Amino acid sequence: MSTHKGVLWKIRMLNIFLTSTRRVRITRLHGARGLGTSPAASCPKVCIVGGGPAGFYTAQHLVKTRPDVQVDIYERLPVPFGLVRFGVAPDHPEVKNVMNTFTQTAQHARCSFHGNVSVGKDVTVQELQEAYHAVVLSYGAEGNRTLGVPGEDLAGVHSAKDFVGWYNGLPTNRDLRPDLRCETAVILGQGNVALDVARILLSPVDILKNTDITQPALDTLAESSVRRVLIVGRRGPLQLACTIKELREMVNLPGTRPEMEASDFECIAKMLKVLPRPRKRLTELLLKVAVETPEETELERRNSAKRAWGFRFFRSPVEILPSDDLTRAAGIRLAVNRLEVSWGEGEDDVECGLVISSIGYKSLPIDPAVPFDPRKHIIPNTMGRVQKCAGLYCSGWVKRGPTGVIATTMNDSFDTARTLLHDMDEGTLDISTVKPGSAGVTTILEKRGVKPVLFSDWEKIDSEESKRGEARGKPREKLLDVGEMLKVAWT
Amino acid sequence: MAASASVRSSVGLTLRLSRVIPDCSKCPFNRLNSYFNGVAGLSKVDRFRTLNRHLQTSRGLYHSEESAGAEDPEEDAVNVVYIDRSGKRIPVKAKVGDNAMYLAHRHNIELEGACEASLACSTCHVYVNRDHFNKLPEPEEREDDMLDMAPALQENSRLSCQIILTQELDGIELTLPKVTRNFYVDGHVPKPH
Repeated sequence: MSTHKGVLWKIRMLNIFLTSTRRVRITRLHGARGLGTSPAASCPKVCIVGGGPAGFYTAQHLVKTRPDVQVDIYERLPVPFGLVRFGVAPDHPEVKNVMNTFTQTAQHARCSFHGNVSVGKDVTVQELQEAYHAVVLSYGAEGNRTLGVPGEDLAGVHSAKDFVGWYNGLPTNRDLRPDLRCETAVILGQGNVALDVARILLSPVDILKNTDITQPALDTLAESSVRRVLIVGRRGPLQLACTIKELREMVNLPGTRPEMEASDFECIAKMLKVLPRPRKRLTELLLKVAVETPEETELERRNSAKRAWGFRFFRSPVEILPSDDLTRAAGIRLAVNRLEVSWGEGEDDVECGLVISSIGYKSLPIDPAVPFDPRKHIIPNTMGRVQKCAGLYCSGWVKRGPTGVIATTMNDSFDTARTLLHDMDEGTLDISTVKPGSAGVTTILEKRGVKPVLFSDWEKIDSEESKRGEARGKPREKLLDVGEMLKVAWT
Repeated sequence: MAASASVRSSVGLTLRLSRVIPDCSKCPFNRLNSYFNGVAGLSKVDRFRTLNRHLQTSRGLYHSEESAGAEDPEEDAVNVVYIDRSGKRIPVKAKVGDNAMYLAHRHNIELEGACEASLACSTCHVYVNRDHFNKLPEPEEREDDMLDMAPALQENSRLSCQIILTQELDGIELTLPKVTRNFYVDGHVPKPH
């Protein structure tokens, strides 16, 4: 009896204590004031389609600026973060630090993540518009531009998107099985993605084995015969599309030497003084590598290197040449281009067993209710407002086109968020009605037998991947199969 | 001897104030525990039971990005002014050794830091006022490489995650670049409600 009373009294004291305690101080959570409060039924509700950098940065800005807005992020895969997880190269782990920022956003009281939901299939954009005051499309670019040349479908030809997806564990590319039993690989395109592919093809396995590259990719690369990678561009050295950090990484890549055509650089040095700083620094480095005689230790290093890489300029692919049995790529025919100065015309056949086309990603239409520009492959918009569609917005690559680094997408997403907030402030976007938000969507999904993966479920996947990685000295060993991801998510 | 003892106790005070070491004597849970123990004559093990739950109070670490506060001597203080994207001046009191990016974060200034100071992005890009720009150490090559990618690059651009405050930089002004394309025609900025 007395014990029971004692317990009841303690509960009462605990209750009094808890209700009278000081409010807990929270350190910087993107400026959220105090504890995040649960959303009231009548607060503005925004839905974001796509859980990559564009989606998360848009969500961050919305949640941070208005203390009443609720943001829900829908993502097709069970796992968040988009290209940060599947695009950024395994040997660039610092770039992936931004996942911590996104995690903070996902864990904010007024933000929630719903993975394993395919918008356009499991739920339509129109249904989302009925459930939310505004819908922001941030689903990126899952297609790629095609070469449009004969032989493109031969074995041994891959888009960079698929190749990168393969070594980064994108489930759709799990069974790519690229054949690396050839000596020369040709990459078409000279942007950062092309340089990433070149670097992964030529990096010593000892460097790659402690990254989050997938184990099957690591095993394949360990057996690779590729010793020479040519990175081909239509234009000249002054139009080189990659940035200096990636060029420097190639120049300093252990066990490799650069192989350039000095004739490509004949008129370049005198242009340096009129170039803006980023282009100037890039061109200086390129010239140094291509034209200058290296000092002794570097010369020795190059002579002992077993692998080579180089840029080839003024070349466009006209045909991928088949092997004798016509099953696979055995070479590529390149036309020689002229810019202003005539370099001569003709063709150039390069023997190679692997062709990677790195000529650009491409967005695809998601839903017939959403306008789509079939020429530019983006959603037609003005400052992030989808044209002729009230309540629809867009951010990221699907808005601007598939170029730029994370910082570019960040600024763009903040722009769209500002536009949306402006519309809320001005009344252009009606937020006075009560909308069901995620509760409404969950009902629809349940009827269709679709179960979302919540952020806490992703954390189980994250934890499992980290655990498996630890056993191998890697930051994580990614799960490669959606079924396996779901199994872990819902244990 | 006395000097080192006072240093130790002031370090202890500093660490408690910055909440690296929690001061359990002040925690209400602790007081409640000892109260119940005294009154109900319970053993030390039987702490704070409710019907279904056993509430454990453990010595957790309270992670704070706060600097240690007013206890520090004036010589350590560095005045910094941030100029945000709408042109508003935000004066901040920092101390020697502070990182200009994390300092901005602590004061809720609109500066991102996607790669967490590892020279893998350009989101913490700021302009430094002329007088102090020349006092900063030369950027290392990796910083210059990242700066090359920053929109609206200027001669006085730096990555704030690489600026460590010193006495010499007292009065430094860091301006956040206007990177958006859609500042409204009338300069309207949505007010937080």
